[in-house]
Amino acid sequence: MKILVAVKRVIDYNVQIRVKEDGSGVNTDNVKMSTNPPDDNAIEEAVKLKEAGKVKEIVAVTVGEEKAQETVRKALAVGADRGIHVKADSYIEPLGIAKILKKVVEKEKPDLVFLGKQAIDDDCNQTGQMLAAILNWPQGTFTSKVNLKEKTLEIVREIDEGLETLEINLPAVVTCDLRLNEPRFASLPNIMKAKKKPIDQMIAKDLGVDITNRIQQLKVEEPPKRKGGIKVSSVAELVSKLKNEAKVI
Amino acid sequence: MAREAMEYDVVIVGAGPAGLTTAIKLKQLNPDLNICILEKGSEVGAHILSGNVFETRALDELLPMWEKEGAPIKIKVSKEKFLFLGKNKSFSWPTWLLPPVQKNHKNYIISLANLCRWLAEQAEKLGVEIFPGFPASEVLYNENGSIKGVATLDMGLDKNGNKKDTYQEGMELHAKVTVFAEGCRGHLGKEIIKRYNLDNGKNPQQYGIGFKEIWEVNENQHKEGMVMHTTGWPLDKKTYGGSFVYHAEKKQIYIGYVIGLDYKNPYLSPFDEFQRFKTHPEIRKILEGGKRIAFGARALIEGGIQSLPKMYMPGGLLIGCDAGTLNMPKIKGSHTAMKSGIIAAETIFESIKNKTDLSIYEKKFRQSWAYKELYEARNVKPSFSWGLILGIIFTGLDQILFRGKLPFTLKHKHADHKSLEFANKVKKIEYPKPDGKLTFDKTSSVFLTGTNHAENQPVHLKLKDPNLPINYTLKEYDEPAQRYCPVGVYEVQEERFVINSQNCIHCKTCDIKEPSQNITWVTPEGGGGPKYGNM
Repeated sequence: MKILVAVKRVIDYNVQIRVKEDGSGVNTDNVKMSTNPPDDNAIEEAVKLKEAGKVKEIVAVTVGEEKAQETVRKALAVGADRGIHVKADSYIEPLGIAKILKKVVEKEKPDLVFLGKQAIDDDCNQTGQMLAAILNWPQGTFTSKVNLKEKTLEIVREIDEGLETLEINLPAVVTCDLRLNEPRFASLPNIMKAKKKPIDQMIAKDLGVDITNRIQQLKVEEPPKRKGGIKVSSVAELVSKLKNEAKVI
Repeated sequence: MAREAMEYDVVIVGAGPAGLTTAIKLKQLNPDLNICILEKGSEVGAHILSGNVFETRALDELLPMWEKEGAPIKIKVSKEKFLFLGKNKSFSWPTWLLPPVQKNHKNYIISLANLCRWLAEQAEKLGVEIFPGFPASEVLYNENGSIKGVATLDMGLDKNGNKKDTYQEGMELHAKVTVFAEGCRGHLGKEIIKRYNLDNGKNPQQYGIGFKEIWEVNENQHKEGMVMHTTGWPLDKKTYGGSFVYHAEKKQIYIGYVIGLDYKNPYLSPFDEFQRFKTHPEIRKILEGGKRIAFGARALIEGGIQSLPKMYMPGGLLIGCDAGTLNMPKIKGSHTAMKSGIIAAETIFESIKNKTDLSIYEKKFRQSWAYKELYEARNVKPSFSWGLILGIIFTGLDQILFRGKLPFTLKHKHADHKSLEFANKVKKIEYPKPDGKLTFDKTSSVFLTGTNHAENQPVHLKLKDPNLPINYTLKEYDEPAQRYCPVGVYEVQEERFVINSQNCIHCKTCDIKEPSQNITWVTPEGGGGPKYGNM
């Protein structure tokens, strides 16, 4: 069995995001970048399945600029066997990424595609779903538990009402929740070994898919500053303020 | 069972200017050497914080083609100012009357973090292996007492030291020579200074705490290349310190404050002094309408040559500010740190080739320009123990008239942790409340550092005696850790001493200033700590 895991390079979750002065986006100069956190869970789960003898090969793929390779390198250091870097110099929307990933799937023929449930930069939460749709494969989203059987996959999903258990046919697309596992640390020797593992390069615009962006971004703004709270002296005052000032009741 | 081990020719602890320079120079001298650098930050530069007005002398020697190779050294100093601040007044000192060490017209305003990132790229091109996110937590010794190497920290322990599912044992890295380049108050450096008595016969080391913020300001307030320093207000005349205001590229201003950690009043809060400093009319007018985009703090060395320990030991070298090569009156340490790295590389190269020990380091360092400038600068900092006015007068004579050649050397008398007076002997200091525009509280500041430490790991700020903070330090000094820590790691809540170690930004001030030396800073799990950008 073979798993393809998609990973994305994003601004590190500890970094405070700064909006560019002209409102055209967020500032990435001198900013620490890391692997999108749920993508780490996706890699970890694939490695666990491999360690359990259920999976033979793990291929990590990313789409992005030259430095996005670091993300693939990290996946290789925690246990992926090979990497693929699809080079793209500008932002591509989830649909474009899904189309690129479909091309990679057609070439690699994996039995499973693992992705993070969403990326912490644009919070779109679309790529996995779109990929499943255009591949016409079953999908398991927000997965917090997987149990790989011979021809099917049992998954537990984190949904609003609680947990939902599904069994889906293979091949399938699975998007991973943070609760799925705790990602391991890469060890020094494995980081060194990862430097020697192969990463195939492809160019996004040479793949013959339409990756033109369809959404026009008008403006990026910082959320409004939180105002300090106030103390009210009576319930009546609270109700009146909620009604007249906050206009929420 | 023995831990896994890897063998190298040279292992370097810390990817700062000194460590990276050592690695590059070694590869230039002998490309076949196996060299590895361990770095506790999540990436190179993440734990680097510096002014920085950069003197290129050491870099010119190391990589003379730096300009062509795209080093991030672009903004030449174009104008200089030195101000004495009173509460509402200021007096500008004519630049022609500044001692030569404080003239910067040949220097550049840079981000040292970005320079380190660039140096790391150069080192990797030469085949140096750099491992960010792997703190060296332990020194390993051979049976004959020489240094065998270092070990990385075990990862995946819970707060009680039990193994979690993600547990991963630390690794040993063995080397012919281990180079300690952790920066000021490195925790392994501290151990080996003690073990090999490297500070025997030297004055106690002197430290300062430095703050830095990066601001984006209005175009009309920004004069690219402008360098300004101040002394005086808000500090009293007995406290050593001053500010820097550097106009960098992209409408950014690097503004910071350094306070000697030999201050006496336990109620002094270095963080709040810095915040208050920004409210001076001369400073307010630069920042007003601008936006603070970064904050950080780091301890620095101020002891100079009198406190500089021996820098070699069997199997190891101690370089840069892990030893203490900063030139205090010059307010610069990057160039001397890099020079100490060049000398380290030459020493190691010769010692491996000729199978000799590392003692030639001392002679080489003494013959270098780095030693000469530290020697000439030696009397400035101790003269300020007489107060600001006498310090300035003496420094004028010493630096302008005699150019550091006076036939005597002043001493540093006490270690910084011994300087605090009892709380009942001094006046409490009331600091103004932050306005959220120009001045800020610690909480919003620590947020900007991006610091974090994985939850549920052992606390990396160790107390020798857990009862001492409440039983003694609170009583006698009103627990100054609440104030000297720049990010509020330490709190006293209902007679309980709380350590919010997650917020730590690795500045090491607590390890230095705690009056009983009760706090020891050790390395937390890899990748923890601040995520500085262009600091």
